[in-house]
Amino acid sequence: MKALFKNESQPTTPERPAQRPFLTPDVNIYEAKDGYVLEAEMPGVNKEGLEITLEGHEITITGRQANEVNTGAVLFRERHGADYRRVFELDPAIDTARIAARMNQGVLFLTLPKSEVVKPRKIAVSE
Amino acid sequence: MNIVKWQRPTLTNWPGFGRLSDLRDEIDRLFESPLTELTRNSNLLSGWTPALDVYEDKDNYTVKVELPGMKREDIEVSLHDGTLSISGERKSETKHEDAEVYRAERFFGRFQRTVALPATVAADKVKAAYKDGVLTITLPKTEAAKPKQIDVAVN
Repeated sequence: MKALFKNESQPTTPERPAQRPFLTPDVNIYEAKDGYVLEAEMPGVNKEGLEITLEGHEITITGRQANEVNTGAVLFRERHGADYRRVFELDPAIDTARIAARMNQGVLFLTLPKSEVVKPRKIAVSE
Repeated sequence: MNIVKWQRPTLTNWPGFGRLSDLRDEIDRLFESPLTELTRNSNLLSGWTPALDVYEDKDNYTVKVELPGMKREDIEVSLHDGTLSISGERKSETKHEDAEVYRAERFFGRFQRTVALPATVAADKVKAAYKDGVLTITLPKTEAAKPKQIDVAVN
């Protein structure tokens, strides 16, 4: 499979504290003719808490939840409150200079356009 | 030709036995783990069950629900007989008709969560706010439900 994501891993780096593991956001990935679209669910994260880093063809998405003020006693708890992180290896066809990100109600929309050279094109045949 | 004394094969020497006991442990674990754990992590069995927190302080109950990527108008919050109900439908924001799908982990469709509140709340003062994909509902307690300090008269 000619996938955008050859491998995915949770990197263990010195700056990643072991006592606070990251949540893996749920993602949808689509490929259209001119590029890829990645949607990642990170409830509680806003534009300020989002960090996207690119190293070669590896993209790391980190989402830090805005600190919530929760007063009172906890009666019921399912939410984790931890930060999100997921790493993807990009298709080399992606034009990394034109990657765009948008955040809407806890969902990250990442547009990854393919570079002009790899786009399928019609070649006109001259007589 | 050597004659070797025939030995009855014993179960302990059976090479497959260790793996069989592993399998039994696996099955035991499956029954021990609560079904809710299985269903919560899988959209297959339960649809979408958004994570929910409930907090209580002196004056309010606060309910927080993770609903990333919703439209405000697609969220319904209702209160009936001390039961708070949060429901709605999440629709895909963008159309990907001629696109190839590599990963589809997000759930689209209807969900519902209900919370039985431990004490009566002032239904007309309930507030809901939706920010960064988290719905926060503040439910003020009625005066009767608030804790009261009772002075003990000493004579």
